[in-house]
Amino acid sequence: MKRDTDDRCDDDIVVRVRGLANRFGEQAVHENLDLEVRRGEILGVVGGSGTGKSVLMRSIIGLQTPAEGEIAVFGEPMIGRDETEAKNVRRRWGVLFQGGALFSTLTVAENVQVPLREYYRRLDQRLLDEIATYKVAMSGLPPEAGPKYPSELSGGMKKRAGLARALALDPELLFLDEPTAGLDPIGAAAFDELILELKATMGLTVFLITHDLDTLYAICDRVAVLADRKVIAIGTIEELLALDHPWIQEYFNGPRGRAAAGGDQDLGRAEREEGPRLREQQRQAEAGQVQAQGAEGVAR
Amino acid sequence: MSGATFTQDGDVLRLSGAVTLARLGDLPERLEALSPPPARIDLSGIDRIDTVGAWVIHRFARERSVPVEGADKDTERLLQQVAAGDRQPQVRPERPAPALRVADQVGGAAIRAFGTGIGLVGFFGGVLVAFWSLLRHPKRLRGHAIIRQFEVVGVEALGIIGLMSFLIGIVIAQQGAIQLRQFGAEVFTINLVGRLTFRELGVLMTAIMVAGRSGSAFAAQIGSMKLAEEVDAMRTIGVSPMEALVVPRVLAAIVVMPLLGFYAAIIALIGGGLFSWLSLDIPPITFVTRIREVVPITDVYQGLVKAPVFGAIIAMAGCFQGMLVEGNAEEVGLRTTAAVVQSIFLVIVVDAFFAVFFAQIGWI
Repeated sequence: MKRDTDDRCDDDIVVRVRGLANRFGEQAVHENLDLEVRRGEILGVVGGSGTGKSVLMRSIIGLQTPAEGEIAVFGEPMIGRDETEAKNVRRRWGVLFQGGALFSTLTVAENVQVPLREYYRRLDQRLLDEIATYKVAMSGLPPEAGPKYPSELSGGMKKRAGLARALALDPELLFLDEPTAGLDPIGAAAFDELILELKATMGLTVFLITHDLDTLYAICDRVAVLADRKVIAIGTIEELLALDHPWIQEYFNGPRGRAAAGGDQDLGRAEREEGPRLREQQRQAEAGQVQAQGAEGVAR
Repeated sequence: MSGATFTQDGDVLRLSGAVTLARLGDLPERLEALSPPPARIDLSGIDRIDTVGAWVIHRFARERSVPVEGADKDTERLLQQVAAGDRQPQVRPERPAPALRVADQVGGAAIRAFGTGIGLVGFFGGVLVAFWSLLRHPKRLRGHAIIRQFEVVGVEALGIIGLMSFLIGIVIAQQGAIQLRQFGAEVFTINLVGRLTFRELGVLMTAIMVAGRSGSAFAAQIGSMKLAEEVDAMRTIGVSPMEALVVPRVLAAIVVMPLLGFYAAIIALIGGGLFSWLSLDIPPITFVTRIREVVPITDVYQGLVKAPVFGAIIAMAGCFQGMLVEGNAEEVGLRTTAAVVQSIFLVIVVDAFFAVFFAQIGWI
């Protein structure tokens, strides 16, 4: 395989978390949590509110120093590394935060260029502009979105722009924090499709926090369930369904879970066929929104 | 792992190594410098490729109209992917010519300033209407909220305003004494401190402090409530935001400002008196007697008349800017700044009018 894989890390575990503990004062969010993310998979992370899904992600990407435990990404231990070493690992992943977390003083295209400028100062301006432009296009944004400021974009477009920035360095590993939350069903389905497509072309490994059952069924290879301060189960949805844990049963066999599961077989096929069409519709709808918002901006 | 490079084999360009962002090196420049263009590009020798490498190859192939061959399935897919994103790069919004932009900004600022002025007058009217309706239905007055604002605007400000006034009293006395000493008229320092603090500085400095402390807080509180749709929720439930949020704050500021202004003037006198005692050897009893002789009661009235007006201005500017917040959190910061700037500016303008007015009616 010619993908940009790492030679230093020959085993197939991209993220390895061992015995992780996170505490905020008296309250323990994680105790003795273990998790492994395999190369090339889309791992969904689910759990009730307050079970520490985001804290887990923040621990892995180094925004939160855990009380105990080991975290290794690409086989490199992440805790207690100095800044330069951590930077070398950091450039190999991309993170999409919940609200997009775009820099509000920069345009979308400039946002995409920030990581490129930070790590590869020698790139000339023309190449930078071109890279930003095709990354914006790859994220499914219309051409006129590049020179727009984040405040002029809708929530769904901000997420796509955030994804474009997360993909700026051609990462091997992508962290997504509730990418489809707050999107309409068409937009969410299009986003799922986009992740699958990017995974296929770029060989991504994806760590995906979500509440969206449709997303779980549609794109996740494995699902990790967070409860009782640890990962209580990890596996394909079929494997999880075979388990006898009340929360898992209620989660996947509740009315919404059944609806998502029931639609899956049909949906999977429908999405493959309809996906491009839906995406085109979504793109046009969003393009209309940009224009409307642009006009509003002028009026203001 | 070797970086991206190429060899020329007759009219075939053979790329090799890792054609990735990290290993790109000066490949784009060297490709650029290539002439004449090759007839074909052969990718069978590359180790790795990512979207940036694919883009560089795609761009070269497009610009020189050279066919690409030898790409495996993954590389082919990457090339298609970046080709699909090949658009005219545009990174910044188009901007008009500089001269036009200056005119545009000046005009825009003028229109905005005018709009703000109109809005402020409208808001003033709204507050009056709310006051009037509360006068007719006093039961709707929110006693608890008003008392709470008294505490926040008044009581909690006593410390900082006291300290500020004390220091200002000392500074006036000290600067005045230096100048008056040249005429041997150091004793007039008392006149300076007494009249200045009661007429002007006591109230004015208090107004500036209240604008910074409370005017900004009003804008930020109401602004974040607007963002969280709390204000809309109030309207839906049938609670008037004017009555619930604005009136208590305006009322508190109107009532508290004269008290704070008088307090500030007294503390400034204490500061000035202390300086006169320690540095000019004027005993406190003389200081007090002289103050009673030289400060006419109209000076005290002036301060007390101006203070509630300043309070109303500060509270209304703060609440007005808070109500204007919409969109994002950045707006709250901008509006808070605008509230402070606007209220201090208006306070000073109104103070100038008062100065002329009082002179005209003989309160000199």
